[in-house]
Amino acid sequence: MALQSLDIKRRSATTSPTPSVREPSVGAVAKLIDVSKCIGCKACQTACMEWNDLRDEVGTNVGVYDNPADLTEHSWTVMRFAEYETPQGDLEWLIRKDGCMHCEDPGCLKACPSPGAIVQYANGIVDFHQEHCIGCGYCVTGCPFNVPRISKKDHKAYKCTLCSDRVAVGQEPACVKTCPTGAIEFGTKEVMTEHAQARIADLKSRGYANAGLYDPAGVGGTHVMYVLHHADQPTLYSGLPKDPQISPAVSLWKGVAKPLSMAAMALAALVGFFHYMRVGPAETSEEDERNAEKEVSHE
Amino acid sequence: MTNHWVDIKNADIILIMGGNAAEAHPCGFKWVTEAKAHRGAKLIVVDPRFTRSASVADVYAPIRTGTDIVFLGGVIRYLLEKDQIQHEYVRNYTDLSFIVREDFSFENGLFSGYNPEKRRYDKSSWDYERGEDGYVKTDPTLQHPRCVYQLMKQHYARYTPEMVERVCGTPQAKFLQICEMLASTAPANRVATILYALGWAQHSIGAQIIRTAAMMQLLLGNIGMPGGGINALRGHSNIQGLTDLGLMSNLLPGYLTLPNEAEQELPQYLAARTLKPLRPNQMSYWQNYPKFFVSLMKAWWGKAATAENNWAYDYLPKLDKPYDLLQVIELMAQGKMNGYICQGFNPLAAAPNKAKVLEGLAKLKYLVVMDPLATETSEFWRNAGESNPVDPSKIQTEVFRLPTTCFAEEDGSLVNSGRWLQWHWKGAEPPGEARSDIEIMAELFLRIRERYRREGGVFPDPILDLAWPYVNAARPTPEELAKEYSGKALVDLPDAKDPTKIVRRAGEQLAGFAELRDDGSTACGCWIFAGCWGPNGNLMARRDNSDPTGIGQTLGWAWAWPANRRILYNRASADLQGRPFDPQRKLIYWNGRAWTGADVPDFKADEPPDSGMGPFIMNPEGVARFFARAGMAEGPFPEHYEPFETPLGYNPLHPNTPAATSNPAARVFARDLADMGKVEEFPHVATTYRLTEHFHYWTKHVLLNNIVQPEQFVEIGEALAKELGITNGQQVKVSSKRGYIKAVALVTKRIRPLTIEGKTVHQVGIPIHWGFTGLTKPGFLANTLTPSVGDGNIQTPEFKSFLVKVEKA
Amino acid sequence: MNGMNRRQFFKVSAAMLSGSSMAALGLAPQTALAEVRQYKLARMTETRNTCPYCSVGCGILMYGLGDGAKNAKATIVHIEGDADHPVNRGTLCPKGASLIDFIHSPNRLKQPQYRAPGSDKWQTISWDEALDRIAALMKADRDANFVEKTEGKTVNRWLTTGMLAASASSNETAYLTHKIVRSLGMLAFDNQARV
Repeated sequence: MALQSLDIKRRSATTSPTPSVREPSVGAVAKLIDVSKCIGCKACQTACMEWNDLRDEVGTNVGVYDNPADLTEHSWTVMRFAEYETPQGDLEWLIRKDGCMHCEDPGCLKACPSPGAIVQYANGIVDFHQEHCIGCGYCVTGCPFNVPRISKKDHKAYKCTLCSDRVAVGQEPACVKTCPTGAIEFGTKEVMTEHAQARIADLKSRGYANAGLYDPAGVGGTHVMYVLHHADQPTLYSGLPKDPQISPAVSLWKGVAKPLSMAAMALAALVGFFHYMRVGPAETSEEDERNAEKEVSHE
Repeated sequence: MTNHWVDIKNADIILIMGGNAAEAHPCGFKWVTEAKAHRGAKLIVVDPRFTRSASVADVYAPIRTGTDIVFLGGVIRYLLEKDQIQHEYVRNYTDLSFIVREDFSFENGLFSGYNPEKRRYDKSSWDYERGEDGYVKTDPTLQHPRCVYQLMKQHYARYTPEMVERVCGTPQAKFLQICEMLASTAPANRVATILYALGWAQHSIGAQIIRTAAMMQLLLGNIGMPGGGINALRGHSNIQGLTDLGLMSNLLPGYLTLPNEAEQELPQYLAARTLKPLRPNQMSYWQNYPKFFVSLMKAWWGKAATAENNWAYDYLPKLDKPYDLLQVIELMAQGKMNGYICQGFNPLAAAPNKAKVLEGLAKLKYLVVMDPLATETSEFWRNAGESNPVDPSKIQTEVFRLPTTCFAEEDGSLVNSGRWLQWHWKGAEPPGEARSDIEIMAELFLRIRERYRREGGVFPDPILDLAWPYVNAARPTPEELAKEYSGKALVDLPDAKDPTKIVRRAGEQLAGFAELRDDGSTACGCWIFAGCWGPNGNLMARRDNSDPTGIGQTLGWAWAWPANRRILYNRASADLQGRPFDPQRKLIYWNGRAWTGADVPDFKADEPPDSGMGPFIMNPEGVARFFARAGMAEGPFPEHYEPFETPLGYNPLHPNTPAATSNPAARVFARDLADMGKVEEFPHVATTYRLTEHFHYWTKHVLLNNIVQPEQFVEIGEALAKELGITNGQQVKVSSKRGYIKAVALVTKRIRPLTIEGKTVHQVGIPIHWGFTGLTKPGFLANTLTPSVGDGNIQTPEFKSFLVKVEKA
Repeated sequence: MNGMNRRQFFKVSAAMLSGSSMAALGLAPQTALAEVRQYKLARMTETRNTCPYCSVGCGILMYGLGDGAKNAKATIVHIEGDADHPVNRGTLCPKGASLIDFIHSPNRLKQPQYRAPGSDKWQTISWDEALDRIAALMKADRDANFVEKTEGKTVNRWLTTGMLAASASSNETAYLTHKIVRSLGMLAFDNQARV
């Protein structure tokens, strides 16, 4: 499967242009998580810890199947279990593998002030390089999915690498390989999108009228996608955001980062302040968001 | 499994009941996913809890634990009423037309011949009627009032959808929906499979539940078909192999049986097992029993087993009764056992009623534990506080703990649930001084034998004469042992048809059990494994995964018993002309001269399809049995009996017959009966089970598994939690008549109260896996709660249905 | 939709300051030499085995430290599914995927141990001592309690010592165990088929 170059497409806080001549001919990669096939066995969790030499704490049970209870610097993926009663009175156990979505338009990377601490490869993988990480936590703010975690031990940020080391030599990520039911699959984004359509057709034939693909446009699409039985209600799946967007704070920061001067800095603070005062504390308009998007994607 | 893991992908309907395949066998369960993806298969899950399997099912139905015979009997009734059965199949391949003896009866929940004092049946009336030719009488029109078809129809007429709802708590609409789905596989080209496990086995009526399911599959013509069968998903990695190799009180390798003490002479012993055909021209393969038995005795006692000494028949111990685990614990608790050896088995955690096991172990003089890990059994004498409140100074048992290798540190073969013998290779040395079980057993035996040689002793002959042909006596190699159980020629074997030709040279490995002889010229330690290490070497190590037909029959991968056959009874997948019932999934077929196809035929290879020989060649009838004859302890047709700890106190099918409340033929020790709780004191129905993150009591020693499932919990439905004022995550105490555990309450929508006979019944889920050794948060052994009563036939303990009381801790 | 609240605003301002300050101080941007983590299995020894837990019998690949050379002592450092295996096709469940922690569990037993009557602790003993003592106990019990005949019938059975065989040991272990157990006349013999 040696079809992805690990050439770097984007680097955090770096002004020198990124080499962009080489592009993988088959496009980027993607991991497809078919929630309708997932049995919540957590093999992906242990395979992830095993491959990446991570061992989380032995925690406690607080009355749920979710263990560890949340993503941590040692748990780059966790299963989230939700019991859902349908309007017809049937029970569904919606189990979602949570972790980095590898956004095409990564809010973490944009928020990161440390050069080269976050990179995006040409194959779409967003990777953290802890040797450059200064532990500021802005990737956490920048992430619309609340994924990165700062280690208490070394004060650096960690998250799923999509097993960039395995993908680099042509293997699939560890979670993909281990998944007993094939609920996690890996391939080019094009192939995964096509495969998802077949799965959605099957689900519709089994009575899930709203089955669909989760590949949110607000972050430019993702390199980790979900097949959902209820794609119209992603929040049913332990709060998967319906329309994730990069925090306007990050857009703002990116918009002004390029000049990299103290003067611009001050100005930005001012503009930002007025923006804040003008638009209000809770919401930015969709138009603002879109503008911010454009600005970002044209950089 | 009659079939195998990959074959599940050929199913159209998959019923998971009495098991939780997604949770307990995730990688095998993937073939359910494949069947759904590639055949549009539908998955049905019936379980007291909404499980991980249920989470990906097309239909889920709740059921009260222990009432599966009512549910399945209801399906049988539905199929017979609606005539949704595979007629060609049942008429020709089953005993539906056979006529039963006139003195057979079933009244008030009991079959003919019951002796209430002995809790045992005289089974002589449970048989077919014979004609003057000695063969069974039949009525092909199925009209005779005592033919199996009519008797079965009558027996299950009581199992109405209303009865199912009343007893099982399953809503009628759900039940009927499932009946309809199963019935859709009656046509020859549609197939259902059943995946079950301990959820059916661990009941006092476990074997009969499984039998009911097999009967349903026979009616639908689903046995022997690709994508069909009745598939026991075995638990541990080699429990299939240990069963095949007969490591049980009453067995010998290859499902041969030890003699009873009444069987003093070899001819008498052999005659009872060398089954003559009950219908004309049937194969009745057990007619070869003497070949298997003599070859075994030659493998074990070599030159000391001769025709003159009846192949060392006296060297075998003779049974007066079975000495299964429950019987042995009873004897221990009575102080009648002195020594016990546990080879990778943790009975303090795994056997029912922990307090009784503890008492038994404490009465032993010596206990030997061989294990790679620190088990509770090896430390039963250690005070672990509330979860093991013992006083070590009062326990006089000497305990030896011997460290063994684990899988990664040894070569050898395991038999998976699909009967595949797969060879594996050592990758590293064991830690410290750990040794393989083979080395330990060999060294121990050699030391005992040396003492008998030196000091003499009681009946030393079978010990001194035991064949020990291993190059390094203290370290037999796995290769040597595998060759021994596979079998070899002891002298040049002439061809039966042409004595001038030699089939096998002396010392050569045999190709299969067809080459075994009863004259002492062959040795074979396990006839069903014969040929796994054949003249061409170790077939268990084969790695050709090609699947030329695309139906998942990888005949070149490893080796399956018997004879590398992957689907048992596969002759039944073809019609009377030898054509596959389903041309899309051709398994085997008659090509005009022989049987051939994607599997090794389970039939005489050159027997024409229309000769009348039946596909069930191990049965003397040649056909499958709906009527079990004397094969089962409780009766020839499965009947529902309540769990020994029943929330009702009576059997709704026989409310006025106390003797028929719970299994009338189960063996119950007086002390265990006194330890049974009543619903007035213990109002909640409990069931124990496994979680996907853990394996039995091993993985609490495995850090990664503890991270993903760290602490003991019990699952309680929202309604019960509300009634008891329990909030999610709170500590609760769960008590039975035998003890209590404390754990975190996991309050869930996935267990709903059921209405049984007009009463609300709450079920409580108790995952096992925790104990007082390991890296998890310490917990209580779940068998502290469970009752000590076994299934009437095989003594599997009733871990799935018992009574408890839940309260705030 | 994500909003920017007051806290976020101050955070982002702070980030601007610190990031920009670093840039101004010449700490960045360097050539950001971002490489993926080294692929750790490249020259390890791969051994084929079977998962020891359930009866699916999944094929596994065990990766051992070293390339198999005489002077390299193998330690299994990683396990994943065998993609050639017809049943699991490379997949493993949460137990199989964690096998490495079984092999290296701190609770693996390493020496024979003995617990004396009435004691509350283990003591380490040698294999020789352990096996000799067990053989002596077994022979003494067999000689004292073996039943050759009962009511005129030859029964040749030993009921006072029993054995539980494993459920995950190999066929070869099981076969040898059965052969030895019956030669001793033992009937209290069972395995873990039912529990």
